[in-house]
Amino acid sequence: MNKMKIRNYQAFLPLLVLAILILINLLKGADYFSISIINGALYGNIPNILFGASELVILAIGMTLVTSSSGGQDISVGVAATITSSVFVRVVLNAHEVTLMTVLGAFLVSCLVGIAIGAFNGTLVAIFNVQPMVATLILFTAGRSIAFLIDGRLSPILANRITNQIGSVIPGVPVQTPILLTVVFILLFSILLKITNLKLYAQCVGINQKAARLNGINPVSVKLLTYIILGVCSAVAGFIAVTKAGRHDSVNLLRFIEMDAILAVAIGGNALSGGKFSITGSVIGAYTIEVLNRTLLRLEVGTETIKAFKAVFIIILMIFASPVARGTAAKAAQWIRARFTGIVRLPASKKAEASEGSKADVSVEKEV
Amino acid sequence: MGFAIKRILTVFVLLLAVTGLVVAAPLIKVGIVNLPPEESGYRQANVEDMNTVFSKANGYDARQTNTGDNSEQIAAAMGYIRDGVDYLLISAANASGWDNVLQSAKKAGVIVFLFDRLIQTDPSNYQAALVSDMATEGEMAVNWLLSQKLPYYNVILIRGQLGSAAELGRSAAVLKARDAGKLKIVADGTGGDSWSLEEARKVVEAAIAAGKDFNVIYAENDGMAQGAVQALDAAGITHGKNGKVKIIGFDFNRFALRNVQAGYWDCDVQCSPRQAAEISSWIKAHQTGKPLPKGIIYQKEMLVDTSTITDEIILKMGINADPGKGVITR
Repeated sequence: MNKMKIRNYQAFLPLLVLAILILINLLKGADYFSISIINGALYGNIPNILFGASELVILAIGMTLVTSSSGGQDISVGVAATITSSVFVRVVLNAHEVTLMTVLGAFLVSCLVGIAIGAFNGTLVAIFNVQPMVATLILFTAGRSIAFLIDGRLSPILANRITNQIGSVIPGVPVQTPILLTVVFILLFSILLKITNLKLYAQCVGINQKAARLNGINPVSVKLLTYIILGVCSAVAGFIAVTKAGRHDSVNLLRFIEMDAILAVAIGGNALSGGKFSITGSVIGAYTIEVLNRTLLRLEVGTETIKAFKAVFIIILMIFASPVARGTAAKAAQWIRARFTGIVRLPASKKAEASEGSKADVSVEKEV
Repeated sequence: MGFAIKRILTVFVLLLAVTGLVVAAPLIKVGIVNLPPEESGYRQANVEDMNTVFSKANGYDARQTNTGDNSEQIAAAMGYIRDGVDYLLISAANASGWDNVLQSAKKAGVIVFLFDRLIQTDPSNYQAALVSDMATEGEMAVNWLLSQKLPYYNVILIRGQLGSAAELGRSAAVLKARDAGKLKIVADGTGGDSWSLEEARKVVEAAIAAGKDFNVIYAENDGMAQGAVQALDAAGITHGKNGKVKIIGFDFNRFALRNVQAGYWDCDVQCSPRQAAEISSWIKAHQTGKPLPKGIIYQKEMLVDTSTITDEIILKMGINADPGKGVITR
């Protein structure tokens, strides 16, 4: 068991962090996990966390894929979500009357816009070889103005029953709708990774483009595809965010979320330089960020110092996640094992173990 | 043939010059340096207001530059001074770096008014500044709250961007009342740099989870008040006119005013983006030889609660989209 954990350090670390955070919360008050039913829906810390993190989780998933294939990050996700959701609001408000079909239709239109945005960023990155951060900087700077124009220069209001229920609770369903949407999204995404070679292809391209091409994988189309998928993720996140908020504020909707999405990928133990990735890690990373934010509030850290606390925590986390720390941890584990079993491993057996380990890694990661 | 064209052209040019002289002569030349409308709902209303007041119909030849970049703003201001405007109106992106512009304006005899935002400079460098008094806004809200005769005042304070003028002014009133023992702050949070609805919601959720007893939410803008109310709704806590928790918001967004009208919230404080009419009245008076005001001048702003709100206030004074009468934005 111990061996497994250390080999699977990638998922182990974010889980450990999450566990520590939860422990801190429990020390502050034993009622942390308590859940009650209010107005027919579950209420408590856990539902609040799941509710609050939904957009971040979805964006972190897309970001992981893009990071893997292109070795860079898309910093325009929050802005992309703002644009797609402004289109969504526009279509809904232009409809004669708001029915489930119009909402669905508007959502699909916003997904198309997300695809277009993804294709735009993806083209710059995959075909013109622009650094991902620079390529997406274009939309990052100009995007909110575009959303502002689509909004018709005002923050339009989505005050109707259907979108309100999507952003909060549907009567008779005990779980808040954004939580359900996130779960459905995660399920669909894991099915996508299970039944296609997308994960393998993205990793191949991320690790070595030339080798991927020699093996018949087209790096351009793989990268493009990952950006398009991220575009769809943005559209879904924007949809959830705007139905939660009930109005479209092009200035502040999902502002600065791109940084948290990138952080979630990093906390998840994924290399920001691309290659192998674990979606599970990123999802845990996203929830960890949400729990961290709420833990600081729960501990009543002063308003002025709350950011500094968060920064310190993240620095510690990043040091633990660094390859240096990982190497030390592996060595320490080996030393402890040697102490207990009395066997000192020879270099040859180490190698054998290492190759065995990487195999185990692959099999673990396939579980998503 | 060539001669005919020449003649037509000369007549045309002459005509242009004459009409130009006739039209341009009585117009007052104004240069406006402002932030871009997409910055916020406030700015959108502000820019629109400038455009309608400083129009040809009102006797102005006004040009407006909207940018969030301080150096671009400075370049635009210098351009207006060179073009010989009579009045220069500035809402600066950055409070520093303007001394050169103000000196050049002085030398060129251009009268400078600041609106909405102050500049860190000697007050003698500009004529007058018309701004919102954030501290008074806060005091109005706190006075209103204390006049509600609640058995006790346990406040959740949700601040905006820490250190911003709005946050400092609006928080000061609450902190003063707390120090005077008139109310208790049971939770002190912030919506962060983006005055975020989500963050505000989390602040209130944390307070509820910690079992705090509170009956006032003092959110320093409407978006954060909305997030706070979402947290109350999810937890089944009543609020508004007949509810347990009093909701106070700022900025006069129309959706917020409609919420007050419906009794879903309790009170909202104005932060007026409409400075143009007052500045225009100064200019018009100045043209007839009357003296101009000097120094920092605060706008008159108002507070509405469920009993004082009217449709007229919502339509005339509000900012952003109007959801319509009776529509609650949750």
